[in-house]
Amino acid sequence: MRKHPLAQMLVIGTIASILGVILALAIDWFPPQGSASARDIDTLYDVLMIVSVPIFVLVMTVAIYSVVKFRARPGDQSDGAPIHGNTKLEVVWVTIPFLIVSALAFYGWVVLDDIERPQPNTMVVDVTGQQFAWSFEYPQPGGAEPVQSNELVLPVNRPVDFNIQALDVIHSFWVPAFRLKSDAVPGIETTYRVTPDVEGTYDVVCAELCGLGHATMRQSVRVVPEEEFTSWLAQRKEEAAPAAGAAQGTGPDEGAAPSGEDQQAPPSDQPEAGTEGASSGGSEPVG
Amino acid sequence: MTMAAKLRAPGWYRAALSLPIGALVAFAIVAGARALYGWTPVIDGEAITTVALIAMPLAFLVGIGCFDYWFRWASGAPTVPEDHSGHGATSWRDYFRVNTDHKVIGIQYIVTTFVFFMLAGLMAMLIRAELAAPGTQFVDPNTYNGLFSVHASLMIFLFIIPVFAGIANYVIPLMIGAPDMAFPRLNALSFWMLPMAGIMMLASFFAPGGAFATGWTAYAPLSTDTPLGQTFFTIAVQFAGASSIATALNFLVTIITMRAPGLTFFRMPLLVWANFTTSLLVVIATPFIAGSQFFLLLDRALGTEFFQVANGGDVIMYQHVFWFYSHPAVYIMMLPGFGIISEVISANARKPIFGYRMMAFSLVAIVILGFTVWAHHMFVSGMASWLRVPMMITTMLIAVPTGIKIFSWLATLWRGVIHLTTPMLFALGFITMFTLGGISGIMLAVIPVVIHVSDTYFVVAHIHYVLFGGSVFTIFAGIYSGSRR
Ligand code: HEM
Ligand SMILES: [Cu+2]
Ligand SMILES: [Cu+2]
Repeated sequence: MRKHPLAQMLVIGTIASILGVILALAIDWFPPQGSASARDIDTLYDVLMIVSVPIFVLVMTVAIYSVVKFRARPGDQSDGAPIHGNTKLEVVWVTIPFLIVSALAFYGWVVLDDIERPQPNTMVVDVTGQQFAWSFEYPQPGGAEPVQSNELVLPVNRPVDFNIQALDVIHSFWVPAFRLKSDAVPGIETTYRVTPDVEGTYDVVCAELCGLGHATMRQSVRVVPEEEFTSWLAQRKEEAAPAAGAAQGTGPDEGAAPSGEDQQAPPSDQPEAGTEGASSGGSEPVG
Repeated sequence: MTMAAKLRAPGWYRAALSLPIGALVAFAIVAGARALYGWTPVIDGEAITTVALIAMPLAFLVGIGCFDYWFRWASGAPTVPEDHSGHGATSWRDYFRVNTDHKVIGIQYIVTTFVFFMLAGLMAMLIRAELAAPGTQFVDPNTYNGLFSVHASLMIFLFIIPVFAGIANYVIPLMIGAPDMAFPRLNALSFWMLPMAGIMMLASFFAPGGAFATGWTAYAPLSTDTPLGQTFFTIAVQFAGASSIATALNFLVTIITMRAPGLTFFRMPLLVWANFTTSLLVVIATPFIAGSQFFLLLDRALGTEFFQVANGGDVIMYQHVFWFYSHPAVYIMMLPGFGIISEVISANARKPIFGYRMMAFSLVAIVILGFTVWAHHMFVSGMASWLRVPMMITTMLIAVPTGIKIFSWLATLWRGVIHLTTPMLFALGFITMFTLGGISGIMLAVIPVVIHVSDTYFVVAHIHYVLFGGSVFTIFAGIYSGSRR
């Protein structure tokens, strides 16, 4: 006696799904995790995998089983079973996918809310993209000159809000280890928020085709202990001080520029795009 | 025929003569306008090329004879009742003429699009060869960016979209019992606009500064400050788009008004349904990409400032308009394939399609939902952030009608008498690959995940599952089953 076909498929499908899910979870899909959001997003991705594999297996099992089982014998010119539909079945395969995608959308929404929730004690870093390098600015309290750098350095465990802008064309500010990216768009400021929580050096990548040097538009971010960050910032301030004494906007900062140093100019030199008409000089209205 | 008569009659001689006339007209318009404004230099190569890219294809179309009947009719001259609907092609030469027979046009479409398919495929090989090792192998960055941009644009605008129009041209009138398409002369014009678009895209490689190199999406403002090659793309898309719209109107009118008596909508084969719904998508959506490219063209050629932020331009707007077409366009590239697969599976499983009505309704649902999801291409673009969650939900909802289709094909296989013919093998391959593509699409809709994988090879993989494993397999299934009849 053969087993019922549905039971047979169920057994095969379950085994294949389990193997597939194990494989999907074993594969190391993403770069190292450098933030809490990275862990949330990776978990979400794993859940998507766990849901997706059985769906794919289901489709394949039915397809392969049908082909094996119902394949025409040579010379067989008969017709298949005259089945035109089955309302119950159709209701099932409308309802179940609907529930699955609703649940996934809800879960995705929750994670989105989580990673974008405002945090206390946030510091702000301004990011500027231009062909073909990123530059960073650390606004200082009390209206002091912001600290400029071609290197991104962040204190570990401190929430950061990036304010991102572009000077020429669209770029996309992506730190794969944080799992976050946002386009840098001429004329508007975009933002994203992250809390780096693992020390290390990670890539900063431009993810939007921005011209011939796009592929070289890569820098790095160093996530360091708070004290190291503070002393780095102080040092940057000192180095900048003589330059600030000189005529505004002469010396581009001498920091370690990974690429394209010659394109680097302090943003005050650039025609500020769109919204922020005022120059960074901060002229007082004369009464 | 004397030479003079040859040059007067529609055909290749007259077309060859009208091409330089088109170029001259472009030259005259530009030089004249610049002289009037007192601009120097009066003779500006870029401006002349831009106008010539519009004037020369139009001149060619006039020369080859696409407009003869209409011109005669409009001017009151006796029209030449030269339409081939009675006989189609009698020799291979007839395929190189303006021919109004739907079967001839179908073949013209299919052969032309396969030529571009092959060329674009060769470009893909060059791309992969270049990527064989890190660093530069044999093309410079500009050529590389040009190669992948032209590859994608040819595949999308000169292969997948029009080849389906070609297949439909051939079979739709036969399937609904119509003698031909509703507007045979418009049909011929639609076909002849295509090679114009394709040749223009290819020719961009010879433009100073190289081919357009901003991807098939041509995001502004990158595309407004790249060299002349970009203009070739911008104008080629207008020709391909106009061809698409005209064909779609033709299909709509043909399907609505020319069905055989008794062939009600809910008796139409699913392939006809698929082309009906695709045509709705084309007619509603394609004007948007035309608009987006006109904005680009005007920015490039006339100094309008749609996308120049320094003067109040808005670069996000380009993406909204572009994707308002280009998301529906992915279904323009898929729904006709769904139709083909329904026919192939049902024929080769010797069974009626399972759940016919739901299959038809799910096509309609995809059309409607398809217009509500465009911003899922813009999750990291800096657009209004509230738009993300609604677009995630609508995107995921499209999985439901798509699921209906996949499950109904499986149920059609169930207890059939399955003949593993070549088309059937492609259909089974399609189910496999398209399921993977659809699942990856769902992943791409989940905002936190897509924030990471947007603009990466994850998206490239997704589109190649749905377009190569999906659309291209359905095209092969269709061509093989057509050629067996
Ligand atoms: C279940 C169905 C589908 C879903 C849920 C889906 C979802 C998505 C999403 C969310 C994106 C945007 C990814 C990003 O740029 O971040 C995308 C991109 C894309 N998809 Fe799909 N998709 C589906 C089916 C299809 C089909 C049938 C096709 C074509 C035959 C297609 C072709 C494309 C293309 C061409 C892109 C754009 C790639 C680019 O940015 O250049 N998709 N899809
Ligand atoms: Cu870039
Ligand atoms: Cu889309």
